Amino acid sequence: MSLGFTAIRLLGVDKLRLVIYLSYFRHMMPVMTSLAKSSTRHSLSGSTSSRRHRWRMLKDKLARHGVAIGGIGVIIAIVLIFFYLLYVVFPLFVPASIEKIADYPLPGEGRTLGLDIEEQSGMAVRYTDAGQAVFFTTADGMPIEEIPLSVAAGNTHALMPGIAGSNRVMLGLEQGGVLLVKHGFRVSYPNDVRTITPQIEYPFGTEPLVIFEDGRTVAKVAFQETEDALQVLAADGEGKLALVRFAKETSFLSDEVTLEREMLELDGVDIRPDYLLIAPDLRRFYIASVQGALLHFGLDDDGARLLERVALLPKGQSLSSLRLLLGGISLMAGSSDGRVVQWFPVRDEHNQYHLTRIREFHSQDKTISAIASEARRKGFLVGDESGKVGIYHSTAHRNLLVEQVADNPIVTIVNAPRSDTFLAEDSKGRLHFWRVHNEHPEISWSALWGKVHYEGYGEPGYTWQSSSASNDFEPKFSLTPLAFGTLKAAFYAMLFAVPLAILGAIFTAYFMAPRMRSVVKPTIEIMEALPTVILGFLAGLWLAPVLESHLPGVFAMLMVLPLGILFFAFAWHNLPRDLRTRVPDGWEAALLIPVIILLVWFSFSISLPLEKMLFDGDMRKWMYDSLGIGFDQRNALVVGLAMGFAVIPTIFSIAEDAIFSVPRHLSFGSLALGATPWQTLMRVVILTASPGIFSAIMIGVGRAVGETMIVLMATGNTPVMDFSIFQGMRTLSANIAVEMPESEVASSHYRVLFLAALVLFLFTFVFNTLAEIVRQRLRRKYSSL
Amino acid sequence: MKNNLKNWFRSGSPWVWLNAGAVSTSIIMVAALLILIASRGLGHFWAKPIMEADYLETDGSVSRLIGEIHGSEIVPAARLREGGMVLPQDIDTVKRLLVKTGNRDTGGLDFRWVLERQLRDVGTPEKLMTLERYEWGNFYGYLKEVSKGGEAIASGDAAWEALQPLIERVTTLRDEIKRIERNEIGAINYQLERLRLAERRLELDEVDRDDPRYAEIAAERAAQELEYQGLQQQLHDLYREIGRDSLTGIVMDGREVVVPLSSVVRAYRPNEMGFFTKIGFYFAKLWEFVSDDPREANTEGGIFPAIFGTVLMVILMSIFVTPFGVVAAVYLREYAKQGPLTRLIRIAVNNLAGVPSIVYGVFGLGFFVYFLGGNIDQLFFPEALPAPTFGTGGLLWASLTLAILTVPVVIVATEEGLSRIPRSIREGSLALGATKAETLWRTVLPMASPAMMTGLILAVARAAGEVAPLMLVGVVKLAPSLGLDGNAPFLHLDRKFMHLGFHIYDVGFQSPNVEAARPLVYATALLLVVVIILLNLAAIAIRNHLREKYRALEH
Repeated sequence: MSLGFTAIRLLGVDKLRLVIYLSYFRHMMPVMTSLAKSSTRHSLSGSTSSRRHRWRMLKDKLARHGVAIGGIGVIIAIVLIFFYLLYVVFPLFVPASIEKIADYPLPGEGRTLGLDIEEQSGMAVRYTDAGQAVFFTTADGMPIEEIPLSVAAGNTHALMPGIAGSNRVMLGLEQGGVLLVKHGFRVSYPNDVRTITPQIEYPFGTEPLVIFEDGRTVAKVAFQETEDALQVLAADGEGKLALVRFAKETSFLSDEVTLEREMLELDGVDIRPDYLLIAPDLRRFYIASVQGALLHFGLDDDGARLLERVALLPKGQSLSSLRLLLGGISLMAGSSDGRVVQWFPVRDEHNQYHLTRIREFHSQDKTISAIASEARRKGFLVGDESGKVGIYHSTAHRNLLVEQVADNPIVTIVNAPRSDTFLAEDSKGRLHFWRVHNEHPEISWSALWGKVHYEGYGEPGYTWQSSSASNDFEPKFSLTPLAFGTLKAAFYAMLFAVPLAILGAIFTAYFMAPRMRSVVKPTIEIMEALPTVILGFLAGLWLAPVLESHLPGVFAMLMVLPLGILFFAFAWHNLPRDLRTRVPDGWEAALLIPVIILLVWFSFSISLPLEKMLFDGDMRKWMYDSLGIGFDQRNALVVGLAMGFAVIPTIFSIAEDAIFSVPRHLSFGSLALGATPWQTLMRVVILTASPGIFSAIMIGVGRAVGETMIVLMATGNTPVMDFSIFQGMRTLSANIAVEMPESEVASSHYRVLFLAALVLFLFTFVFNTLAEIVRQRLRRKYSSL
Repeated sequence: MKNNLKNWFRSGSPWVWLNAGAVSTSIIMVAALLILIASRGLGHFWAKPIMEADYLETDGSVSRLIGEIHGSEIVPAARLREGGMVLPQDIDTVKRLLVKTGNRDTGGLDFRWVLERQLRDVGTPEKLMTLERYEWGNFYGYLKEVSKGGEAIASGDAAWEALQPLIERVTTLRDEIKRIERNEIGAINYQLERLRLAERRLELDEVDRDDPRYAEIAAERAAQELEYQGLQQQLHDLYREIGRDSLTGIVMDGREVVVPLSSVVRAYRPNEMGFFTKIGFYFAKLWEFVSDDPREANTEGGIFPAIFGTVLMVILMSIFVTPFGVVAAVYLREYAKQGPLTRLIRIAVNNLAGVPSIVYGVFGLGFFVYFLGGNIDQLFFPEALPAPTFGTGGLLWASLTLAILTVPVVIVATEEGLSRIPRSIREGSLALGATKAETLWRTVLPMASPAMMTGLILAVARAAGEVAPLMLVGVVKLAPSLGLDGNAPFLHLDRKFMHLGFHIYDVGFQSPNVEAARPLVYATALLLVVVIILLNLAAIAIRNHLREKYRALEH
């Protein structure tokens, strides 16, 4: 018929005649007929104005383009999701880069003892051995102010910077004293212009604190300050050590702070104290020599105690630099052959801490001459004697870059608080000021998916812990436990859903009476529309306690249900024929409904006696005592059941369609050859429909993997790696739902959550596409049969 | 017999029965779920009797117990013994009752597990009274006397008679206070905020301080504040009036408690109610549930704002999703060249329906809220910064996010509808000289409209039940104001809103008093389930109707 129409159109047959022809359609198409009428009227009046015709053509064209633009726009908007996720995730994988801003000779006089940069990198300060703090602009090295420190000129010998970002340094002086200096960059906005005013303060007074009472020079010094104490470890020129604690006493009447000096005993130091470090919690300190030997001391109320002796580096290398990382737990040891080794104390089973070698970075090949810790991340900068600077991150075990910064060996390097610039001094007295683009150093393949040894942990592991109250916290971005939790939840859900859905689909499609099918199919399909929040709520608040108190009954049900059904079926089979035939074939499922209800009730009612008989009245305790299996109330069993419930309709519906649309003549052929219905089903129908069933399972997995509310509500959401059915989990999707609202925009955490979303997107998209392709193939196959 | 069994197994019929068992199990699960939600949800509004009994504590002391029985369970005695409870050796299991004793102000906790075997003299005295209150949860006990302005006016049986009119009076006063606080003062606050922003805007635009517009704002503000003070005085009087009366009740441990009537929602004696009174009461409670605001951290009262928020969000979503979904479907089916690319797009669109909803939430948060919303704030609402206007979750972003989530549903359904329209009809129209656009507009689209409707209904059903993405883009547990009100511009797209699904999650899992909130959560769940099932049934009915209609054309 369509061919005829085309022909008519081509021939341009008079419209009137067509109308007669088309009146055939009239009874079903009032709309079109009216259209036909109006056009008839036009042709009859004979004045088809060309203007009107043009207008109609224009409208057609407009509609064509409008629809095309709109349609493509919508499709692009949908595809945008993928690209937007990618766009947010992308910066995680951008390599770090640095660019030179300026280099200039040292501002001010004398040798550099220490450097520090202001928050926004506009200004820096340089402490000199001439006893001055020289503040200068970072952009061109112009001195802004040279503030003389309250020490005699030429008297300063050593300098120890405080914790990165604390703006404090300690100077070691010639007459056996130390002086704590705080430099400040006071920001004000006179006339709306950001102005920085340099400041120097002395938190413990302008008078030096006495370390060596006999007036020996303080050649090396280390310090830590807490709210109520200042701990100083110092060495003189010959390597003699002193450990002094200044306890702060605030007087009641005024806010005046007085210091109480206490000298602590220090025995057993038989190495040259080239490097001194104190941990910020004041519980341990370290003394190391250039040869790489390190003494690990514990410090408590009883005094200092040598805990252990460690060789930081392999034989033949010398220790060229030693620094604490942010948080003061990790030690970064730089060696003469360009490697940096990370150590931190790890607790053993006797609650003793041992300094343990964690990881090594070896991306530079000349002696490491300076290490600077970042102020807000677990990263660090390394300068070496060939003038190269490397940027590293400890947790991610990642060398972000190594680049030539100076032509001469680097002697000092310092990081800006925001880690967006650094300042390096070379041995020829030039300062190099560089900008750093390094937004997300903590992310690497190994940090996301591998085992990582985090600070304070006994051994390497997979941990997700993205935030904490403290600033020097080490974020743990391992997606492994989350991916594991996702797959675990999906696995248990499928374990429950696949048999029920597939078996149910087989029966419904192949055996069920059509009248019953027309009720059953929509009923199960409506399940698909049930909001998952309701399933999750029931799982968490109703199912979990019920399962917990009827655990033996639930497991009994696994046995009772199939056996009971078989028993009933056999009994039915042996009923007298006239009784049996009252229920026609295809209604077995309806018969079984009361049976199953009875069986479930039976299983639950034997739960308590079973528990009493087999498990001394408390199955959970029994499991814990004799099998060592812990029990969470909201566990994988609950999730499996609830999420299984949610995916059953999906799988059921697709599998049922696949089986139902297997061409009938195939099974008729098989039956005609004498096969039983069951044989026909297994060897002909299922085999033909198997790709469809496979794709149903794939789509079910896709749905289970992405489901959020059920797992959010029915598990404890603890990111553990335990496959036990009685333990909870945290899935990628639940993790996003929990953490996304409070993650800081554009932070690494935010982008990692987007990465999790992207992983989910890709996973489900790939699964669904595969399923769809399989299904389309199948459809083609059927149509050819 | 043995042979029989063997043959039976060989015939394969046991496996058929097992398959049948799988279907039956699925059906039973669906039915059980619906029955569970329905019974718990509907049972909540029934006036439960109050029990009074003596409770023999395990240490031998006896205390009086008054409360509603909310549940029971049978536990193995071993588990209780482990918890340190002393029980006779010869019993294996004990029945525990969950009793709602209410009176959080005197007793601390309002739920208590008691052992049934320890209860003595269980009765339901008719004089026992339940007070629903605005704070401290329900009150259970006896009415002793009623006071007006601190003086007792009635006691004993007369007190009950005197109480009801007083409660009615308090309710009227409370409605008046609510009206003033929400509507009138709310409007004034809205205007004041608008004036503050207008002024800030002028400052940002660096308009000179002498500009007359400043004076206008100041004058208007003064007028509003004057009005505000008048209302404040009115409120003050109302509050004094409402605080006038109180009642004295006796709680289960014999203490006398004074309850100000201003905190009483209603008082009733469930034990003396007849069946028909209870039915009346039931519908009153049901009406309260769907029409009232929540109280006591969402664990009591109604869910009206959540219903309102859900409906408003879904309507907005429909406005976005229908035209775009239909245009995309028309393009794909009618205009695009059918080839591998179109097929690919079709598969992709289809699969987007299977992408986890939380992914859409992440996209909505990142793209709509932070990116679009942040930029809109910079451009159009700089006066409100740093407080975000559109740079935070809200109605607009939530409905857009859900529109993107559901657009594949509409596209797929519409495409299916378009593909069912016989070619001959299009060709007939074209042959009559109609342009393609006219054919589409007058012939194809009207015929496909039921399919679009199906798509839209399915989209609405999905959107109404979706929670995970909304948690990221603007749902809150308690929205101070509705998205639609009497203050111009009436529809506030930037406001946060409440949602039924999120309400279930929040009250069920984040509430400090889960036990008290549970019945309400069941009721909310029931409402949501009913709405969604009805929507789906409607979609199915339309689809079937459509199929029937075209069967005649496909000859």
